[in-house]
Amino acid sequence: MPRMNATRRHPVNFTLNGRAVSVEVENRMLLSDLLRHEIGLTGTHVGCEHGVCGACTVQIDGRPARACLTLAQQVRGSDVRTVEALSPNPAELSPLQAAFRRHHGLQCGFCTPGILMSLDTLLRETPDADRDEIREHLTGHLCRCTGYASIIEAALAAADELRKEEKTNA
Amino acid sequence: MKPASFDFLCPDTLEEALAALSQGGPEARVIAGGQSLVPMLNMRLARPALLVDIMRLEALRRIETSGDEISVGAGVRQAELETWTSLGRDLPLLAAVFPWIGHVQTRSRGTVCGSIAHADPSAELPLSLVTLGGWVSLRGHKQKRRVKADDFFIGMMATDLAEGEMIEAVHFPRARPGSGYAFREVGRRHGDFAIVACAAVADERGLRLGIAGVDDRPRVFSLPPLDDSQFDDAINDIAWSLNARDDFHASARYRRDLVRSLGRETLKEASRCRA
Repeated sequence: MPRMNATRRHPVNFTLNGRAVSVEVENRMLLSDLLRHEIGLTGTHVGCEHGVCGACTVQIDGRPARACLTLAQQVRGSDVRTVEALSPNPAELSPLQAAFRRHHGLQCGFCTPGILMSLDTLLRETPDADRDEIREHLTGHLCRCTGYASIIEAALAAADELRKEEKTNA
Repeated sequence: MKPASFDFLCPDTLEEALAALSQGGPEARVIAGGQSLVPMLNMRLARPALLVDIMRLEALRRIETSGDEISVGAGVRQAELETWTSLGRDLPLLAAVFPWIGHVQTRSRGTVCGSIAHADPSAELPLSLVTLGGWVSLRGHKQKRRVKADDFFIGMMATDLAEGEMIEAVHFPRARPGSGYAFREVGRRHGDFAIVACAAVADERGLRLGIAGVDDRPRVFSLPPLDDSQFDDAINDIAWSLNARDDFHASARYRRDLVRSLGRETLKEASRCRA
């Protein structure tokens, strides 16, 4: 592949929330800025921009990752999922989101999209995740409102519900 | 906090990557997972003219076992080594260390070799490599060399990497039966960089204690087999031999204190595991 000059924009193709996306970006464009400013998906929040706060967490190829620590060029060919992909339709929340609402898992909501994306991976991979595993995943996120207790309760409730759902479907 | 502009190259072959690095000189940097480099770019502490993305080089994305050595290629993500099926058997120290390296959300992207190249003095992977007596394979356009991990780290975020070179792989000695391993860390929050981290190995040759977060690079000390009455003096000597400094996270005195307590605990645990 030829060297991509800094002064021009260059194409990048990837899958975003199940749809093929093709955009032109500067090399220095971060995935977080691409999502928010170019594509217009502002659900992904940007807090610290150096990987500490976790607000910008999205899923890249099924794994939780910091959008602010990822160059847009680094997701070529990847499958990116953002918080916008969680609810089945605009009128309905996903079981995890509904549990956050029920258990007051958010107040100002700034950190919530990142936390949802981390917990969504955890609960899909480990439907019987316990309190410790949930806490382990939350260490990668800062929340200044809730004190985390209600987030953990919400996650445990969502895990419960997802397990029940699985049983009914089985 | 946005990176300054740079040229970007995503080569299909290692030769192409090495040629670009050699041409680019000090202005060219390798990017793999980006979990150390992108924060530096965002804060403009690093302003390279060229980034060479090596993640499409399949040959670098392997974990290989040959004889007594586990080789981890430059494209292997931390999460890939963390979930490698033989980790607990062949690299038990790393199995204990992984939960302490950043967070799930950074291990998913960050590479093992990237952390070695970044050479943060409090980082867990450089500490583990030095404590186990591992090696770093460096590759330049025309030359190839292998450096002992202990010689690779030369100072605060400084390594023996020469202009135009990149890390091709790092090599961890495989755990031998009858050896014991232990790891302990103290930080402000789980997942933060360590204030002090200690790793210990006990085998028939004696004890090795690695310490991160105190000096300007991970340091390792060899000790003869010690009986209980000799432990405290030996560790106290080590604590004072390190170049501990005050910073806003902790005082030099607190760091020496942590070396004493964590050092003692890890050495004891490694010795117990051996027995």
